[in-house]
Amino acid sequence: MTVHRYFAPESEAELASLIGRHDDVVLVAGGTDRVVSTRRGQKPLAGTLISLDRVSGLRGLSVGDDGSLVVGALTTHADIEASPTVVDSWTALADGSALIGSPATRNTGTVAGNIMNASPAMDLGSPLLVHGAEVELRSSGGRRQVPFGELVVGPGKTTAQASEYAAAVHVPAPAPGTGSAYVRLQYRRAMEIAVVGAAALIVLDDGIVSEARVALTAVGPTCLDVREATDVLVGQALSADRLDAAAAAAEDVARPISDARADAEYRQALVGTIARRAITFAAERARGRAVPVPASEVKPITNGGGA
Amino acid sequence: MLHDIEVTVNAQAYTMTIEPHRSLLWALRNQLGLVGAKEGCDDSECGACMVLVDGQLVNSCSYLAVQVAGRDVTTIEGLAQLPDMHPIQQAFLAEGGVQCGFCTPGMIMAAKALLDRNPDPDDEAIRRGLAGNLCRCTGYQKIIRAVKVAAQTRQKG
Repeated sequence: MTVHRYFAPESEAELASLIGRHDDVVLVAGGTDRVVSTRRGQKPLAGTLISLDRVSGLRGLSVGDDGSLVVGALTTHADIEASPTVVDSWTALADGSALIGSPATRNTGTVAGNIMNASPAMDLGSPLLVHGAEVELRSSGGRRQVPFGELVVGPGKTTAQASEYAAAVHVPAPAPGTGSAYVRLQYRRAMEIAVVGAAALIVLDDGIVSEARVALTAVGPTCLDVREATDVLVGQALSADRLDAAAAAAEDVARPISDARADAEYRQALVGTIARRAITFAAERARGRAVPVPASEVKPITNGGGA
Repeated sequence: MLHDIEVTVNAQAYTMTIEPHRSLLWALRNQLGLVGAKEGCDDSECGACMVLVDGQLVNSCSYLAVQVAGRDVTTIEGLAQLPDMHPIQQAFLAEGGVQCGFCTPGMIMAAKALLDRNPDPDDEAIRRGLAGNLCRCTGYQKIIRAVKVAAQTRQKG
């Protein structure tokens, strides 16, 4: 299939109307995934190619009146990595963006691209899950917010309608005492894709875990929410025993496949370790201790970090 | 279907008529005859195609040419002020940061982007800045030293 029509709208109204008018639309933001997969023959650039890079108002980070973070769809990974606000309060997102590709990839790759490509290995997926993020979809008919876990439903699959585009990501304000982290198993430190990844969000109230979420990356068709980890962690101090239980819960949820990067068996064997690291780093941050971004490049804490 | 764009490359204005699926790398090499940026992997893994778009380092093999309309592109050809080479180029030569030379244009553009942002990088910052650039002659030590020397020269200059 070749490109028959090309548009570079400058406003959202123009974009929405174009998407509504054509039924063979491919949206391109930074192009880092799309252009490469097109050349490999995996995803053709279809009849109507619409470039998002000129649409005004879709790039940038802001904090709303309710303390929530609003990430414009065209915000780049470099923007996120360099934002003190994200690093301070939504740290797992910064951990994820800072790991993507190389400086050149992060300069062009966008948040919407990472989400809407819906790769099971997307580095922002688990951080968005543990932070309870919602993606705002807009069309000429209106707008709606969809929890991340209900938007991305399979490899390359989302529940967005053909007439909708991702406009922003809304991430709730973290409670006082929150720490979050995203860690992945990687074979090298650049241009890498997660072999196994995990994000954790821990809220500590006087040393007791009052809120906890854990999610896994690259071990299922989408990023996976480890709901049972919440049950085993909340209401107690983060002891070695609780960490073991949370790691076991993560292992139960994982259903990895074998691919070019790793065998299913190897991935399964590493899930507990990676989940444990994410929880431990999140707890360290919840205690107010500095863990540099990206946490993946920090030496793992093996004793649970102490209470 | 062809699309017309206007773009500034190395401070010179161009009009290009181009198919929307073409990469910036393809357009630079085949339409403008600027063959400094290289096609290594054509997969945005190796960095040999790196150029600056509005001062930002990008992989030109995965950047759609139509998206540079109205923007400012700098390629390796735009660095030297002939007859003098750019200080980063001079440092790569002086330190032997070049073996076969295929990765060099990308390495130098990545180094430029790094030094524009961070004029005094330590070894770790240099490694991170060049993290998207592969050299298959295994010359990284000399390349890192060349970037260090370029930074020192710049600060003195």
